[in-house]
Amino acid sequence: MAFTPPKETYTGKVYPVTIGSGDKAVTFGGENVLPFHSFEGSTPNRPVIAYEIMDVPPTDWPDKVKEPYAAVSDDPVKWAKFCEQDLKAKAIALRLYGTHPDSGNKSADDAVKVVKDVLAAISVPLIIIGSNHAEKDTDVLVKVSEAAKGNTCVIGKAQEANYKTIAASAMANGHMLIAMSELDINLSKQLNIMITQLGFTKEKIIIDPMCSALGYGLEYTYTVMERIRLTALTLNDATMQQPMLGDVGMYVWKIKEVTASEDILPEWGALTERGVAWEAQTAASLLLSGAELLIMRHPEAVRAVDAFIDELV
Amino acid sequence: MALTGVEIFKLLPKTNCKKCGFPTCLAFAMQLAARKVSLDACPDVSDAAKATLGEASAPPVRPITLGTGTKAVKLGEETVLFRHEKKFVNPCVFAIGIKDTYDDVTVDKKIDECLTSEIERVGQKLKVDAIAIINDSGDKAKFEALAKKVASKAGDVPAIICTGNTDAAAVALAQFKDKKALLYGATMANVTEMAGIAKGNGAALGVAASNLDELQDLTEKAKGAGIEDIVMDSGAKKAKDILEHNTLLRRAAIKKGNKSVGFPTINFMMRDDNLLETLMVGLGIAKYSSIVVLSSAEKWKNLVTFTLRQNIYTDPQVPMQVAQNIYEIGAPAPNSPLIVTTNFSLTYFIVAGEVENSKVPTWLAVMDCEGLSVLTAWAAGKFTAGKIAAFIKESGVEDKISNKELIIPGYVAILSGALEEKLEGWKITVGPREANAIPTYLKSKTA
Ligand code: SF4
Repeated sequence: MAFTPPKETYTGKVYPVTIGSGDKAVTFGGENVLPFHSFEGSTPNRPVIAYEIMDVPPTDWPDKVKEPYAAVSDDPVKWAKFCEQDLKAKAIALRLYGTHPDSGNKSADDAVKVVKDVLAAISVPLIIIGSNHAEKDTDVLVKVSEAAKGNTCVIGKAQEANYKTIAASAMANGHMLIAMSELDINLSKQLNIMITQLGFTKEKIIIDPMCSALGYGLEYTYTVMERIRLTALTLNDATMQQPMLGDVGMYVWKIKEVTASEDILPEWGALTERGVAWEAQTAASLLLSGAELLIMRHPEAVRAVDAFIDELV
Repeated sequence: MALTGVEIFKLLPKTNCKKCGFPTCLAFAMQLAARKVSLDACPDVSDAAKATLGEASAPPVRPITLGTGTKAVKLGEETVLFRHEKKFVNPCVFAIGIKDTYDDVTVDKKIDECLTSEIERVGQKLKVDAIAIINDSGDKAKFEALAKKVASKAGDVPAIICTGNTDAAAVALAQFKDKKALLYGATMANVTEMAGIAKGNGAALGVAASNLDELQDLTEKAKGAGIEDIVMDSGAKKAKDILEHNTLLRRAAIKKGNKSVGFPTINFMMRDDNLLETLMVGLGIAKYSSIVVLSSAEKWKNLVTFTLRQNIYTDPQVPMQVAQNIYEIGAPAPNSPLIVTTNFSLTYFIVAGEVENSKVPTWLAVMDCEGLSVLTAWAAGKFTAGKIAAFIKESGVEDKISNKELIIPGYVAILSGALEEKLEGWKITVGPREANAIPTYLKSKTA
């Protein structure tokens, strides 16, 4: 007897988002089914992985992930070029970590210079992320957003405490906006509504429901993403139909499992493999729950996730 | 197909005799429909009703136990597609694959990887659960020799005998007679014979189809041959197909009540690229594999896959908790700072992570608040001045530290006065509200 496949048709879809310009522009999102469910609907775009770089040398990154960038990470321009040319990055995420009051307190003007220089050096799309200091980000992101006008970047992250000014400047300068809330579908929805009420186009938002590393709350991010996506598809809820971001690298590359050596914890096995696998597994799990844009650090982890996507599409 | 409460009610005696512990038959019927009680609780139900209800109340994915004794593992019994609806029931079983073409050293190494795989994480013991013995050579004698070796070295580990050759199946499975092994490899060509061998050895039967239509035919044939415990392989090899088939099978069983595919699934995840294989195991965990077969179980890989399995199979309704304790982050000295927080695992992980980031050795007092976060626990009256004071006194931390200063979360700054009264001789300091401010706070404090 033939098996009757119980296929689902959904009423909603995810907005496609295109970033960058020219032939290096990339599009993600756009599907009308759950992640990789190409057997019952359309999944026109592959998820995009952006390589993370910083405006300051990555002194607090663990050695394993510092190592691939040892020759370039003293200069964001060299670092960005290396990602595009040697690692074949499809997108680059520049974190303006050095602008944080506790990690250098670089000025918004310093950040503007870095952004301009990096943009001049690369042709792939750029994602520009602040230092996650709500107040300082307001100042920094507004200025870099202006400086990057015409490049269709992604600016982030807008949070409840600072979304107004950041959204306004992203809007004025033609960028996409990351809207981050803390692991709660209702908070995420509320922030999207508040941002669109400012006049910001809802198709230009990227949802960041807040990442967590494998073993450190991954299941919360996983399930919030899954619920956001189901809400978008089954309820056709226009306030939840944006693609989602997994800002994986920074959450993974600080936990004990990627830093504790095998001498201390022999039952955890080789540290070299552990860190890379931790980042790859965190990213792969979030792809399965709905992330379309990932920010990652280690080239080997990116390669593995890419191979995984190859098998899934 | 699952029945509604009212449909079940129609089949009950309708005497409202209360022997089931419920005031009315209808109340009992509602509980039955929700799968909260068992039909056995009603002593007066008729045999005919029992048959109808038994069929209808059976879980949509059949529960199966592999192995016997302390290492036995359960499969199936799942009731939902998404973990926010209800807890996933039986964690995906990890089976290390051992081929009969491997040399002795490799075989020994793999058996050992399985036997020594157990680690503890957040209070749970996690391990590689089973061994899949694979007849890669096609040779009966080689396969039997491998089965013997596994049986003698790891006889209490649930075994999966993988072969399409009925002679090889018979001799290998005999090594695990009545140990609830899984005989995998029944196809349209051999299903009747394989069913006979499985039955004769008290084993479950794994069917190996090449597509979903054939899979359904195969499970029906196996059932027809008297097999109840079936494990399904749809033939999917690529991630895309595994995701599609597992999703369709789980939906068909749960949402459509398709009993022909209401069985656990097995997927072979071996890849040349070990990191990719690790991610394939992750796919199986998230997307409905009941058993995944791996080519190796290195410690780093186990840590990753065990952790993911634990994450995905936690109950989303019950917050994960860590044990109440004074945790040492770094190597705290008597004059190191002491921070108190609640035992919601996410709170603990985030706070501990940020303390670690600060590189300032710290005492972290984690108080049992039934797994609630700081604000919720405070609002629920579980994180009050009186309770915190009692916990600090009983914890014995006073003997470990030299300056009696307790840092409390910024969100409960309001407690500092009352705490100072209850903890005599202590200084209460209000710390940051958000964990990400901890590194700066600790650094400035100890500067
Ligand atoms: S024991 Fe059976 S007959 Fe009695 S009330 Fe319960 S369901 Fe009804």
